[in-house]
Amino acid sequence: MMTRKELDLWVGIFAVIGIGAILFLSLKVANLASFSAADSYRIDAKFDNIGSLKVRAPVKSAGVVVGRVGEIRFDNESFEAVVTLNIDGRYQFPRDSSAKILTSGLLGEQFIGLSAGGDSVNLKGGDTLKLTQSAVVLENLIGQFLYNKAAEGDGKK
Amino acid sequence: MTGRLAELLRALGARIVNNWIWRLGFACRFLWFTLRESGPSFRRFHLTIREIYFTGVQSLIIILVSGLFVGMVLGLQGYDTLARYGSSEALGVLVSLSLVRELGPVVAGLLFASRAGSAITAEIGLMKATEQLSAMEMMAVNPIARVVAPRFWAGVISMPLLAALFSAMGVFGGYLVGVRLIGVDAGSFWSQMQAAVDFREDILNGVIKSLVFGVAVTWISVYEGYAAPPTAEGVSGATTRTVVTSSLAILALDFVLTALMFRGH
Repeated sequence: MMTRKELDLWVGIFAVIGIGAILFLSLKVANLASFSAADSYRIDAKFDNIGSLKVRAPVKSAGVVVGRVGEIRFDNESFEAVVTLNIDGRYQFPRDSSAKILTSGLLGEQFIGLSAGGDSVNLKGGDTLKLTQSAVVLENLIGQFLYNKAAEGDGKK
Repeated sequence: MTGRLAELLRALGARIVNNWIWRLGFACRFLWFTLRESGPSFRRFHLTIREIYFTGVQSLIIILVSGLFVGMVLGLQGYDTLARYGSSEALGVLVSLSLVRELGPVVAGLLFASRAGSAITAEIGLMKATEQLSAMEMMAVNPIARVVAPRFWAGVISMPLLAALFSAMGVFGGYLVGVRLIGVDAGSFWSQMQAAVDFREDILNGVIKSLVFGVAVTWISVYEGYAAPPTAEGVSGATTRTVVTSSLAILALDFVLTALMFRGH
């Protein structure tokens, strides 16, 4: 039979590595430390069509993740989608920056690409991006292609 | 004819009431007693620590080794499918999300039920069969506070830690196979995983799941042990029932919790 001291030691080791595993999952797997919502600022962007963009999708600039999509809602005044971007406070962008909805790979998830503009004044929390480009909707693209083909055919006649 | 039918219905009803409803009611009352007697048993916390040693520490080997192997299998199988779509870098996402959300809590819970739950039932059942519980009552020691409550809390505390260890070991196993053996890029393995796994949505929900499973498994184990008929046959039947009922409870609760937590956006 083990003494109480030995038992305490083993249970202590068990608790430490168990909590260590939870910390490992939070910090290394979920990356809780490097990007938290605390030091981010919010920017709105209006899109005609957001495709299948989801909340928590990454916001990238030059391919680097600089923030996340915080909220997506529908504006009933202008009939547009309003996407709130939470941008990491470490990164500042000029006021005339533009946002595009891009797709990673052919069938990958959609994310927002931020392209920096040339203005000397930076964006601050609560601003709205003026220049946006909607998601490419495959059906629209095919429709346009067919329409163009038909128009070409008419021209030849 | 109608007489036979009525007889059959009556037998069925008696079976359901005696085997299910009555047992469920007793189990609920038993849980209530256990919670009520937890205060006195916490005052002598070394009893609970002793039980954490038996349920938690002694389950470590099986949990760690199976976690590693499950992660390695996920790495191999996931790579095979993902490589077909040219997105083998998403291996980290696949391994970590399936472990943290589902496999970690569920498989660790199933292992915990068969490793620790059955032992708890057999121990309490044998204590009852050898009249140790009655002897305690004779000495004015409450067997629920002395025997049942420490085992219950030990299971509830151990289970989330074991599930987290299982998931962490699994991610490590997936890393070993995916990055070290097959040669997926280590940077994108980790960064895609970190981009896809959310602390509150995935990790915390996984911990909540394992906590619920811990309560369910230990509740079933201590109840089956306490309610077991005091014979050799009764104890063996109770041990079997513990493993069967806890496994079914884990899988059913997992569906309910998943439906509540991950409804999609």
